[in-house]
Parts: sequence; structure tokens; C-alpha cells
Amino acid sequence: MKIGLALRELHRSEADLHHELLQIADRHRVDHEIYHVAQDLAAWSRDHLRRIAEQAERYGEHLDPDARGENGLVARLWDKSSELMGRSSEAELLMLRDLRGVYLKASGVFVDWELIAQAAQGVRDTELVDVAQSCMGETQRQTAWANGKLKESATQALVS
Amino acid sequence: MSDGPQVHGPRRAARRDRIAEPWGARTPYAAGQQWPVRVDTFLADDLTPDDVDRWVQTASILHSNGDAIDIAVKDGRVVGVRGRAVDRVNRGRVDVKDLYGWQANGSRDRLTRPLVREGGRLVETDWDTAMNRVVERAKELLATQGPSAIGFYTSGQLFAEEYYTLGVIAHGGIGTNHVDGNTRLCTATAAAALKESFGCDGQPGTYADLDHADVIALFGNNMAETQSVTWMRILDRLAGDDPPAIVCVDPRPTPVALAATVHLAPRPGTNVALMNGLLHELLRNDWVDRAYVDAHTVGVEELEACVADYPPDVVARICDVPEADLREAARLLGTAQRLTSTVLQGFYQAHQATAAAVQVNNVHLLRGMLGRPGCGVLQMNGQPSAENTRECGADGDLPGFRNWANPEHIEELARVWNVEPSDIPHYSPPTHAMQMMRYVENGSIRMMWVSATNPAVSLPELRRIRSVLSQESLFLVVQDLFLTETAQLADVVLPAATWGEKTGTFTNADRTVHLSEKAVEPPGEARSDLDIFIDFAARMELRGKDGTPLVHWHDAESAFEAWKECSRGRPCDYTGLTYERLRGGSGIQWPCDDEHPDGTERLYADGRFWAHPDVCEDYGRDLVTGAPYDATHYRAMNPDGRAVIRAARYLTPHEIPSEEYPLQLITGRTVYQFHTRTKTGRSRQLQDAAPEVWVEVSQPDAERWGLAEGDLAEVSTPRGAVQARVRVSRIRRGVLFLPFHYGYWDTPGGHEPAPAGRAANELTITEWDPASKQPIFKTAAAAIRLVARGDGTPSAAPTTAASAPVGTRVEATRGGTAAEVLETTGATP
Repeated sequence: MKIGLALRELHRSEADLHHELLQIADRHRVDHEIYHVAQDLAAWSRDHLRRIAEQAERYGEHLDPDARGENGLVARLWDKSSELMGRSSEAELLMLRDLRGVYLKASGVFVDWELIAQAAQGVRDTELVDVAQSCMGETQRQTAWANGKLKESATQALVS
Repeated sequence: MSDGPQVHGPRRAARRDRIAEPWGARTPYAAGQQWPVRVDTFLADDLTPDDVDRWVQTASILHSNGDAIDIAVKDGRVVGVRGRAVDRVNRGRVDVKDLYGWQANGSRDRLTRPLVREGGRLVETDWDTAMNRVVERAKELLATQGPSAIGFYTSGQLFAEEYYTLGVIAHGGIGTNHVDGNTRLCTATAAAALKESFGCDGQPGTYADLDHADVIALFGNNMAETQSVTWMRILDRLAGDDPPAIVCVDPRPTPVALAATVHLAPRPGTNVALMNGLLHELLRNDWVDRAYVDAHTVGVEELEACVADYPPDVVARICDVPEADLREAARLLGTAQRLTSTVLQGFYQAHQATAAAVQVNNVHLLRGMLGRPGCGVLQMNGQPSAENTRECGADGDLPGFRNWANPEHIEELARVWNVEPSDIPHYSPPTHAMQMMRYVENGSIRMMWVSATNPAVSLPELRRIRSVLSQESLFLVVQDLFLTETAQLADVVLPAATWGEKTGTFTNADRTVHLSEKAVEPPGEARSDLDIFIDFAARMELRGKDGTPLVHWHDAESAFEAWKECSRGRPCDYTGLTYERLRGGSGIQWPCDDEHPDGTERLYADGRFWAHPDVCEDYGRDLVTGAPYDATHYRAMNPDGRAVIRAARYLTPHEIPSEEYPLQLITGRTVYQFHTRTKTGRSRQLQDAAPEVWVEVSQPDAERWGLAEGDLAEVSTPRGAVQARVRVSRIRRGVLFLPFHYGYWDTPGGHEPAPAGRAANELTITEWDPASKQPIFKTAAAAIRLVARGDGTPSAAPTTAASAPVGTRVEATRGGTAAEVLETTGATP
């Protein structure tokens, strides 16, 4: 039985995505839609982390149900750089890079959820199946958001 | 077009001060009867109708209602207005702004010559010089950066012909994706909500539904001040037999709230929770037309699962409304025989805008109440021609409600325009206004052409906007009637003709198309917006793929004919209309084509929608993230083109009250002013009725912060501060209201605070609904403090409507004899 291990890996990748979303929000405060929506999407990941930790207990894994906050020094430094970058076209390239990062990380989390859902069906853990299906839906929306933003921003960023 | 028996009282004529009584005399009527005629006439200088040389047909330009009006002309100038009794929209009535606002046309400070910036100053010049500067810069930017360097920001106040021409020039000629209107601030959510629910834009209902409804629900719609003539219609129903019940959702004590059977005043930012609570009750009590839902919709299961989490007790806590009122409102919606709902800025400019507006559509889908007399949704808009920006492709949509993500729609449009499909940018949704400002800010849009709008006062977070528009890297072209705050920042200013000085058509919030004819010559060298755009296209040598001119029309009527061709076969089909047909009679509702030669009163009769994957205007968006869905997703979800029931969970607003900013600020309008007062501020009766900014504070909040009527207060948010006189009103506790009309053109600052700010948008947050991209003007955390005690003089806030004072010690708003209007009732059209 390696479901605990898989949940641990999922927890790691979801925490990573959560961090990435908060970071993109902070780096792109002057791109207001990114700033606000990324925080909403980070809240979804925060909720997922709690649910993963809850499920993992039954598989003998003790994972942190609370996501790490991002109000430290690093975040404040980014905040400053965001203001400095506000008037520069380089900011758009940085944004593409960051959105690409969210897209890849969210895709990774999605795959991890798929693995959990498959395993949970194998052991007939219907509770875990339900959790996986509900969370995967939101992970997919996180991916679609990053993808949509990339498509919307790429032309202006790359041709101007 | 309107049905039902007519009622005629005795013929009566009376003079009435319409500043004091904006809604005029009642003409009661009962359910199913036709709304009686009342003709409002206002002539300046003690003139009588016998003195008038000519009456010239038009419609109202200072709101979205589309009231048909005749302009009185004497000795080559406009001298007054009269409502058109024959028209289905107003049956002779005229809104208070239209009664007096036309006087601004004759203002001495109209722009009469083009201006160009020389050595930092704007100086007068001729048209050739001004246009050549614009064309040279456009050509240079196209050569060096390409079309992504150029953006167009237009209005909700031009004519259909002008928007269509602008859309062709920008999308088909220049090839830029950066085209939007200030309609982004007023009507974007209406369009988005209709696309989400019905697959396509297009107002389902008609004003005539108000003649039949037994319950009328107004969601965030202070109709008494935004569309006062349609509010007169409701007042006349309320005064007649079988009056309808009124449900009002609004945090302010608006005239609608005072007339309501149930008034819900939710905490700002909680509309989705409120709607989910109402839908929860509809489902729990099975106030649902199951046969309709099964036959004509998809998605009801998702809604059922979502709203299960919003029982009335939970919602009452989130929204801070009495649970009993919530249940009673749900009962009225759920048991209505004929339900008409209207929605406006209280939802559109608020947190989760599209999600909330869509839930109103869901009420009607669950109840199967669409497309029948009295059963209509009216997703309203704010401006006279907002509807046309949506149809004609000047507001971030493609013309004819074509789907930017559907290659066949692009091919069809390319055929109409005689260009290659690849010439029309369609790789992503057209850039919305706030994103355009961001591109200006980071320097990637380097030329912006602003027509008939004033972003330096109307966009959120003005300090930022002024700084963005003043950037060295930006070449700013402004086309307007006056030297507005925005025009003062421009590199080139083009003097435009206005309503009454040019011909064109425009379409109101219930799809009624009106012709507006030229009555007088524009001042000086001012030219119509259409002529300016056509001239630009010619100077740019924009051509179709066979080398013929892209813009192949030369005046309003030929532009209308071109637009008709573009609309052919689309939901907003204009092909059955001509200028001749629109002359003399009533306005006509689209679609108007061979199949519907007299127009179409209600859309979606028999549960048929323009939602099929091949037909729909939009595949929809995630209501939380705003991510567009693709064709595959939409086709799988809605293969048969039914209405889509979209659910949405409530999210906490991003800016909530804190210790430092313990209150919530909302902004809005008064019945006497329009937008940034460019016109209404130059009409004496209107300006005197609401001369300066005020802030509405509830009595408990006034006590807590030591404020009294007439005190000077400072309202602040993390973005800035403004000063305003206090009006203590019955607004919801914890909420402050500022009217957004007051900028700086008539202050020493010119275009900026000097030194204290007064524009509400100094305070608003740069944030928008991710689905509709409409900025959020109604959910900012704010603080208030006393600056100086008043001398006992009350604030200048009008007493007649939502800003009415607590107590009676404030003198009532009056216009006196200068504001007397002749009201004639009992007349037949």
C-alpha cells in the first residue's frame, strides 16, 4: 500500500502550487486581475491541503493541514519589485514566465490527484474518491485560468 | 406594438416643476391595459409650441431608457424638447435630464476648433493639421510596433453607425485587438450574464412586460433615478388597479425601496449569497416549472448542489438582512404568476458581478418565465447607446454578436468586411478597458484614441489613471464636445458634434431602435464622430482585400445600410429597418427582418435560444476565475443549445472593512446628473438641483463619527481621500455613498484635485469582475472623519430621491418657474 506516500507527494505539490499562486499574486500586484484571482485560487489550494491532511491520517501520514503564510520578508521584497516593474514592458515577460509556472505546477497537481483517485477506487475508499474528484475539478480550473491568462497576454507581451 | 386596451382620462394640461417632482403626474392604469399617454414639453425663454419653427425626431441621450423625443428648433437653434406620444417606450414622457440637459449643446465653452499640443500647451489649429498628426503617429506606430501599439476607447453615447465604423476601422483596418467602450463600466456585466445564460447577448424582455407583471423585482436597480420614465410606468401601475408587488434589493433607501413590498438591503459585496438564498427557497418549496427546466435548460443539478449550502439563516447572516424578509422576497418571486426582473449597477459594479446577475436569469429559468407577457428579464444598461457598442463591435465584442472563438463566425465577418480572416484579430478575447490602461501604463499601447468619454474622472483609482494618461510614451487623442478632464491631458483634441447636430440611430435597453435626426448645425468647425472616423479611414488609406476602400460609406444612412448587412442573419438583425421606417412612428425592437417585419417584442418565446454551439456568441467563462471555456467544453455541456443554468458560490470580497477602514463605500448616480456632468453640469436647472458632491452617512454612523448634516467630512480609502458635505440619510448602516459625477473641469484644478479631491473615483479600487471585466465601484473599505463643522446649512444633496435627508429641516429641492414643464394627459397619440 503506497497511498500514504502518494498523498504525501500530492501534499508537497499542492503546497508548492499554493506558494506559487501567492507569489504570482504578490509579484504582479499592478496586474490587478492576476493579483486578486491568484489569491482566490490559492485559497482553493489551502483548502485542498487541509483535506489531503485529513485523508492522509487514515493512511498513517501526518501532514500539515495548514498552508504556510507568505507575509515574510521575501513577499515584501517582491511587493517592492512589483511596483518598480509596473512601468516596464519586462513585467509582461516576467508575468508570462510566472503564469507558465502556475500552469505546469497545477498540471502536476492534477496528475497527482488522478493517481490518488485511481488508487482510491482500487481500495474502494469512496470518501477519498469524492475528495479527489471535488478537488481535481478546482485544480483543473486553476490550470485553465493560467492557460487562459497566458493566451490572453502572450500576444501583447511578445509583439510589442 | 404594445398590446392591451387603451385608457383615456379627460384631456388635461398642467405645468409642473419637474426638478421638484422628477416623475411628474400619475396616469394610473391596471394590469394588461396600455400605459396612458402623457406628453411632457419644455421650451426655453417662455416660448410656446406655436413659436417653434420645426420639431425634429430623436430619442433621449442622457440614460439608457430610449425615450422618444422631438427637438424644438427656432431660428436655427434648439429651444426645447417634447416627448413623442406615439412611441412604445415613453408614451410622451421625458426624463428630467432630457428636459433641461439639451441646453448644454449651446454652451459657450463648446470646442469649435481642433487643438494640438505645442510646447506643452494645447493650441487651436485646423482639421488637416490635427488629423495629419494623428495619421502620422498611427502610421509610424504600425510600421515600428504594429497594431498592438494602438487602442481605441469609446463611449456608450455615440450612434450605431459610428460604433460600427470605428469597429471596422480598428478590428478590420488597423487590426488591433484593443477596442473597448466605457460601456465596460456600465453594461459589460449585462452582456456577460446574458451570454452565460442564453449563449448570446440580447435583452430577453421588453418594457411592456411591466404592464402585465404581478411581481416586479429590481436587483441593484435604482430605476427611479437611472431610468426615470420606466419608473413612471411602474408608479402608474402602483397607482392603478391590480398593482404589482415590488421586490427591491438595494443598500440605499431609494424611491424603489420606499415603494417596495419587500426591501432587502444587503451588506455590499454579498449579492451572490443573497441570490443563492433566494434560489435555495425556490428549490426547497418546489416553486419550479420542472417541465420547462427539463425541456429547455442544462445545469440545474449543479445549481441544486450549490445553493443547498445557502439556507435563509446562513444567508441572513452573510448579507445582514432579516431572515423573514428574505423568505418573503423568495415567496413573492416563487409564487408570482408573471414575474419581471430588472438588474443594474448594484449588481454589475459589485463583487462577483456576473455570477450575481446570472442568478437573476436562473430565477426566470427555474420558473419558466421568459418570452411571455409579464415574464421577462431586463438586464439593464446605463447609457443611451450602450446596446449598440455591444452589437456593433466597439466594446470588446465582434459585430453582430459573432463569437471570436468560432472560426466560421470570423470567416463570415471577413466576407462582410472584404478582408482576410487573419486580418481580424481573434486569437484571444478583445482587450477590455482596464487591461488597455495597463498596456498604456507599461508602455505597450502608445496611441490611444478616446471618443466621447472621460476616463480621467470615470475610471477607478484616479491618481493612477491621471498618471497613466499623462505618460510621455502615450499619444492621446480625445474627441469630445468640451475640454474635459481627459481632453486636458491630450496631444490632439478633436471637436465633435453631438446629439441634435448629427444623424444616426441608437438602441435602448429593451432593443428599441430609434432614429435621431440632425436638427441644427454643430458649432464652429465641430464635426460628427462619424465624419471624423470616415476621414481617418480615408487618410489611413485602409483598404479591403481587393483594394477598394474598407469604409465604403460616406454618411449616416449609408453607414446604417452597411451595418444592416453585417447584422443579417444574426440575432440582432436590423435588415428590416430603414431610416424611412423609423421616421414618424414609434421606435422598433430588433430583430427586425423578413420574418419579423414589425420587430420582435420578446426574445426566447417557446424556450428557443441562440445557444447552439455553432450559433452562440460565447462559450462562457468560469465565473470565479474568468477563464474562457473552449468550444469542446461548451459542445459537451450544451450540445442542443439550451439555456445554461450556471451556479456560483459566494466569495468574500477582496477588500473588507478593517480597523483603519471600518466602513464600506459605494458610488452611484443622482437623477439630475449624468456621468461626469459634461452636459448636465452645463444645464442650469440640473446643476442647481445637485450642484456639488456630498456623502451619505447613516444616522448611527453619523453619531459614531460625530458628524451632522452639512458638516465637511473627509472620506478615505487606501487609494486616496475626498472631501464632501455630509448628508445624514437612511442608507444602510456601515455604508457610505458618494455620487460619481463630480470631477474637476469646473474647479481651479482643471483636471485634478486642487488641493482636496472630490471625485468619488479617487477612492475606488482597481479591481474588476474576472468574467465581465466590469470594474468594482461598490465594495471598497473606507473611513470617514470630520474636517470642519457646518454652519447649519445642509449639504447640497437632492431631497427628492435616494439622498433624502433624515428629518424635515432640510429645504426641499426645487427648480422654480425656470423648471416648469407642461404635462398633457388624456391625449391620444
